[in-house]
Amino acid sequence: MMFDKTIAAIVVSAIAFVTVYAITPILIKNLEKRKLVVKDYNRIGGAMVARPGGPSILAGILVSEFVLYAFFSSVDVLAIILTTFLAFLVGLADDRKVLGGWFKPLALAATAIPIILLGAHGTHLDFPLFGSVHIPELYLALIVLMIPITGNTVNSIDVLNGVASGFMTIASFALTISLFIVHHYDIAIASLPLGFVSLAFYKYHKFPSRIFPGDSGALTLGAMYGTIAIVGHVEIIAAVALLPAVINSFLFLSSVKRIVEHRQLKSNPVEHTEDFKLKATEHKDAPVTLVRLILANGPMTEKEVGFTIFKLAIFSAALAIITAFMTGIKI
Amino acid sequence: MKGQIFVYVFIMWLMIIAGGGLLVLTIAPISIQGFGKYSEFLDSGIKAIIAIFLVVLWIFIMSKIKNWIFHKQIRN
Repeated sequence: MMFDKTIAAIVVSAIAFVTVYAITPILIKNLEKRKLVVKDYNRIGGAMVARPGGPSILAGILVSEFVLYAFFSSVDVLAIILTTFLAFLVGLADDRKVLGGWFKPLALAATAIPIILLGAHGTHLDFPLFGSVHIPELYLALIVLMIPITGNTVNSIDVLNGVASGFMTIASFALTISLFIVHHYDIAIASLPLGFVSLAFYKYHKFPSRIFPGDSGALTLGAMYGTIAIVGHVEIIAAVALLPAVINSFLFLSSVKRIVEHRQLKSNPVEHTEDFKLKATEHKDAPVTLVRLILANGPMTEKEVGFTIFKLAIFSAALAIITAFMTGIKI
Repeated sequence: MKGQIFVYVFIMWLMIIAGGGLLVLTIAPISIQGFGKYSEFLDSGIKAIIAIFLVVLWIFIMSKIKNWIFHKQIRN
């Protein structure tokens, strides 16, 4: 049985990586041909970049998860497939037509329905060191809240070339390691495609980007991450691995004080120097964001800011893994 | 500034651990009985109110810590 799981883990990881690695260049050409491109404002000359990359991300996830489902026929895997697919549709709708600030959280809340209908969730919330709390009714509310939070949190970190995919690669592998630590092996295997899909997409998304994930890509990654956290009963660990992105959303919301899309803002939190480095804005009404704080000490290149966010992601990933070890200990 | 962000992430992590402990210690022991079929409903309702209160308190504290750590940048 252990041998079967090892084989399944290797197969789904390879399928997820190869699918995205192979499909994304075709998607880029197709999007460019159909003029589905957006301006990269942080690049000298404002290069036009293909968007959205969501379809190739979804393809990698669906193909690998269906193969895993063929191996084990798990209801948890089915919940991951359905919720991720529905979140992709929400993102794609937002990519095609700019939707209101409240639309995405509400629509993403609805994507959590398959998790509840399939019963692919527990009724306990596990905390490190202190044990768990039994909250059967409250847990349903938590599920409905979790997917919009993870989806929009990942979407909010998609601000610079390669950041969303690179960040998700680090957070996803931290989540996989944590799932192995808490002995949830089946879900750990089901989470592997998320990390490998993000890694393969990073190849094309990293600076200078050839494609942007768009809302369809970011929400797909975020919703799958949230679903894995629920079906794997590692909600707190998942939140810890996502902390830099959570902080970004927290800083943004506490300065703007309402749910609003980035594109609706009057002042951008980041400006450019003459040599096209990024610098924090001096506008009083611009929102406080993670990137703005990183740039508070002086201008940096886009690549340098991206790597600083990755360092924060690695730090949070380490804290998540420590939290996983602490979950097995009760004081 | 970069160091301060790492400190903020670490404090947020400690707050999650502490908040979790508080939830387990305050919510887990609650058991409402003697109201027949409404007992479970009351039990969940009270747990939800305490949980929401703790989440609001947590956000308030994190907001204060954020202002304290990043006060110079936010003021500017």
